[in-house]
Amino acid sequence: MIKIDTRSIHRKLRTYKRSPLSLVLLLLVLSATAITVSTLLFIIAYILIKGIPNITADLFAWEYTSQNVSLTPAIINTLIIVVLALLIAVPLGIFAAVYLVEYAKRRNKLVEMIRLTTETLAGIPSIIYGLFGLLFFVTAMGWGFSILAGAFTLAIMILPVIMRTTEEALKAVPDSYREGSFALGANKLRTVFRIVLPSAMPGILSGIILSIGRIVGETAALLYTAGTVAEIPKNLLSSGRTLSVHMYVLSSEGLYVNQAYATAVVLLVTVMIINWLSNFLAKKITKG
Amino acid sequence: MRNYKEKAMQIVFLMAACTSILAVALICVFLFANGIPAMSEIGVLDFFLGKKWRPSNDIYGILPMILGSIYVTAGAIIIGVPIGILTAVYMAKFCPKYIYRFLKPAVDLLAGIPSVVYGFFGLVVIVPFVRDNFGGDGSSILTASILLGIMILPTVISVSESAIRAVPDSYYQGGLALGATHEQSVFFITLPAAISGIMAGVVLAIGRAIGETMAVIMVAGNQARMPAGLLKGIRTLTANIVIEMGYAADLHRGALIATGVVLFVFILIINLSFSLLTRRTNR
Repeated sequence: MIKIDTRSIHRKLRTYKRSPLSLVLLLLVLSATAITVSTLLFIIAYILIKGIPNITADLFAWEYTSQNVSLTPAIINTLIIVVLALLIAVPLGIFAAVYLVEYAKRRNKLVEMIRLTTETLAGIPSIIYGLFGLLFFVTAMGWGFSILAGAFTLAIMILPVIMRTTEEALKAVPDSYREGSFALGANKLRTVFRIVLPSAMPGILSGIILSIGRIVGETAALLYTAGTVAEIPKNLLSSGRTLSVHMYVLSSEGLYVNQAYATAVVLLVTVMIINWLSNFLAKKITKG
Repeated sequence: MRNYKEKAMQIVFLMAACTSILAVALICVFLFANGIPAMSEIGVLDFFLGKKWRPSNDIYGILPMILGSIYVTAGAIIIGVPIGILTAVYMAKFCPKYIYRFLKPAVDLLAGIPSVVYGFFGLVVIVPFVRDNFGGDGSSILTASILLGIMILPTVISVSESAIRAVPDSYYQGGLALGATHEQSVFFITLPAAISGIMAGVVLAIGRAIGETMAVIMVAGNQARMPAGLLKGIRTLTANIVIEMGYAADLHRGALIATGVVLFVFILIINLSFSLLTRRTNR
């Protein structure tokens, strides 16, 4: 319900007559916002309109061939890499955040080092992760282009995301919860696992979902770690492309533009669902 | 016994927390150990200032790529930052709640769209648009700048918005009390007070733009030559690595890793200035 208050509009108009600069500033602000929103809507609408008609049953065939350029192996690879990377990064990230929030004394050299390096990790572009993965996991560890190398590379990439969101979620747990638990005779460890972590769960989950989004959308870090083989992997040491890598290969080859549109739709819809879920959970914590 | 378990878990937590130190150390060691020798074999000056990149003749000068990254980033900043800051002003100071409820997720979604999807969108929409309206073959500095300008919007918006919100409301009300209009008060009192936070957002956006890889590869043309004009193609540092890493060997491979080292050092400098800027705001 928007009430139209003519008197206030008149007053506004008088103000703008007196100070045209204010009107210019208002118009600037409005048009910038309009540009931002319409760009987003245009991208989404364009991809959906061009892509949805190209989604065919062929695209989801079990086997990849150069005729059907099936998405199925790429989707399976994406799922495997998401699960593996989370298995590595989630426990590490949560434990690290528990240390920083519950155990670390403030203003400690080591804690400062940890914060500085975590910030650094968050700012490193994905191609550097890809290069490092190629040098370390693929070459030095001798894993070759493999799902495993890709998962480890991405695990390092999402570690700072999980650490930061978990830290914030832990800090949002009121101290009275901890004190109540101590008063009932629980020790620190029990308090952390039974009281603090469960109440921080929605926040932690929203961080995990955010990292799933990062993994699904990642390409540069995977090209030279997980490789570009379009098959369902036989084991963790075989190469496999994820959906984003698949999309990059399709659009750079230039032969499968329609299929690339369809892949873009799948990626976009996945990301929209992930964003919605993460927002939903984040709202849950602020409501308490 | 209890106490023992408690201590053990504390050590486990500590070790988990040290993972990020280990990761950064490993990344530094492996990049530098593989990149620096190649750099010195090529010759540091020849590497940084060489205008030619011809792996087939063993000539490795990355000046074109350094300039390419800088030009494209500058273009993105020119396009993305004003729009981003103004949008942030609207979100923080102008918009009613029911619009904010829609705008905030929209900005988050803009941040969440994968860079390949942006790149593909650039390839099928912006490249033909630039080709038809400005000439050239479409894959150019301009195209990459427009696309990156869109991609850095969410970064600029969310950092600026929180910087603007952090300015005490009394500043704004003081402006009103002195007879300023709402707009004047926001732009001439609140915004200048938020400037260091906004700068931090811009610095973060620079980092994003320099590090962006896939989207740029798909629209920038990727010719390894000195920048020849706004409508001519260009190759960035990130693109150089991805395009040639697949078949590079020996010194060529080393030169590409050295390209990564240069990019990494750029990013470290940018991150450092970002944390200096935010630290100043917090104080």
